[in-house]
Amino acid sequence: MAAAPESTGSNGLIGWIDKRFPLTALWRSQVSEYYAPKNFNFWYYFGSLALLILVNQLVTGIFLTMNYKPSSAEAFASIEYIMRDVNWGWLIRYMHSTGASAFFIVIYLHMFRALLYGSHRKPRELLWIFGCLIFLTLMAEGFMGYVLPWGNMSFWGAQVITSLFGSLPVVGGTLVDWIRGDYVIADATLNRFFALHVAAIPLALIFLVVAHLMALHEVGSNNPDGIEIHEHNDSKGHPLDGIPFHPYYTVKDLVGVMGFLVIFAGVIFFAPTFGGLFLESPNFSPANPLQTPPHIAPVWYFTPFYAMLRAVPSFAGTQVWGVLVMGASIVVLFFVPWLDRSPVKSIRYRGPIYKVMLAIFVVSFVILGICGLKPPAGIYPMLAKICTVLYFAFFLLMPWYTRIDRVKPVPERVTGHD
Amino acid sequence: MIKRRLLIAIALLPLSLPWGVALAQEGGEIEVQRAQTDITDMESLQRGARDFMNYCSGCHSIAYLRYNRMAEDLKIPEKELTANLMFTSQKPFDAILSAMPAEAADWFGKQPPDLSLMAREKGVDYIYSFLKGFYVDNTRPWGVNNVYLPSAAMPDVVASVQGLQKPVFKSEKDAGGSDHMVLVGVDALTKGSLAPQEYDGFARDIANFLDYAGEPVKAKRQSLGVFVTLFLLVGFVFAYLLKKEYWKDVH
Repeated sequence: MAAAPESTGSNGLIGWIDKRFPLTALWRSQVSEYYAPKNFNFWYYFGSLALLILVNQLVTGIFLTMNYKPSSAEAFASIEYIMRDVNWGWLIRYMHSTGASAFFIVIYLHMFRALLYGSHRKPRELLWIFGCLIFLTLMAEGFMGYVLPWGNMSFWGAQVITSLFGSLPVVGGTLVDWIRGDYVIADATLNRFFALHVAAIPLALIFLVVAHLMALHEVGSNNPDGIEIHEHNDSKGHPLDGIPFHPYYTVKDLVGVMGFLVIFAGVIFFAPTFGGLFLESPNFSPANPLQTPPHIAPVWYFTPFYAMLRAVPSFAGTQVWGVLVMGASIVVLFFVPWLDRSPVKSIRYRGPIYKVMLAIFVVSFVILGICGLKPPAGIYPMLAKICTVLYFAFFLLMPWYTRIDRVKPVPERVTGHD
Repeated sequence: MIKRRLLIAIALLPLSLPWGVALAQEGGEIEVQRAQTDITDMESLQRGARDFMNYCSGCHSIAYLRYNRMAEDLKIPEKELTANLMFTSQKPFDAILSAMPAEAADWFGKQPPDLSLMAREKGVDYIYSFLKGFYVDNTRPWGVNNVYLPSAAMPDVVASVQGLQKPVFKSEKDAGGSDHMVLVGVDALTKGSLAPQEYDGFARDIANFLDYAGEPVKAKRQSLGVFVTLFLLVGFVFAYLLKKEYWKDVH
């Protein structure tokens, strides 16, 4: 960030701007002379893709607000108005609804990348924490956005999730009324969720993304070998294993973007509801406080956490434990940089224990996701209980198993590139 | 129109035969039949629109679809539309609303639901099966019930084309070891104006039309999607080649 004020020395428009604003200096320090490791692999596409989806959500969201009516009497019909009467409204709406699911897919993969290569380790702890805050903010954004179409699942999903706060001792009841602005999910709730969804939370998201990128550019990117490229510089002080972000990674990320867009367009045009996962079928029926859907499930990206909530039995006459466990499942993420005591960062040089634990973690997270989608019957409650334990075991046992795990010697320099 | 349908329904009442009262609620769990509709089959959609207007629109609205949008999408000339498909005093740019007054909820015990999004909520297979699922049941106010919607409030408006159906029960032992009757399907009781296979087509066309009504842009979306995806695939190839070219000097 500490780029000296530079000027192109040009007398043209750029020169004029540079004398008044560090345009060229910023471009150089952040893009054309920002050195990134040359060995990024497939897992490193998801950061730029998350940024792309954020822009997609902001732009399509702005166009949606032009025709959406945030009132319990008109919201549902206004969505159908967008789908049918607004020119290309259906495309904008599907881009937004598919974008929401894509956002979570990309973010989950992005977070998994950090666990693979130790991207959260010193000196990137704050970078990771900003990332966790983005994830948390995104969950709030996704939840409130899901309420806006005012379908029956929007209504009952919101009813269930807001009622969770009611299980907190003493303040619970008051807190729920304060969140809802009414004794049930109602017009007041829809209005405030709209305000938060389109103004407050996106602002927080943008701020956090800027902070995330500033922290990244301060410490530099990690890489699949988990070693610091700035320890081996050439005579000009540029890392030997680094390449300028532009043009190398701009063109490489473009490949990722095009690949992503093929899949994204495939879903938008051929399976926008994605078999009831991205747009749930009960949500094609308007909100009805008198008719509970046969099975209330949150959207797929919340189901792992929802499954953990349901996995915890009530104890001492209160359900609050499930809520606490669900909260803890997110909070524990913030501590990963300090829970991980391995002398190496990347999974390439870690021993078998971490690999097995990470595999178990991923499998249990996916199973929790499936359990959260299903009614709590048959084998699912037991599966959810086991996987909740495994989910927490991955984090809470980390200080122990990362320390005793066998590690391989880490090379001085990065090993090859795509 | 409405009067005629009411008359049909009332005429059905005495026909109700003393079928077993032990009607199990499991009726709703009978698997739906595959409708095998095709959203690009324009003739099927046109027939579906015609049959919907004649048999359904008296009570059911498609409030989110306008007559002229339907006519344009289904290639129905406006003259044809106003002469043969519009039975109310509405204008072609109006939404397809049933002629039932608001207080009509009393007639059936509940307001007939709007069918704009029925295909998106329940699926075409459900609609197809529902149309084939009426059976005579003297315990119901209209003398009929439906396999796929137990305790249906809807009269059998397709009786004239399909004929009446009777329920088929199977005896099953319940957990307590005592016999009880379980509904497993339906069988023809009287003949309608359409042969069974023709009636399957009738149900399929209406299901197809409601699939269209649920998302009028669906067929266009899919055909457009082919071009968009191909375009992006070509873009992907060019992006990949560009990356190759730029990365030549990275060792």
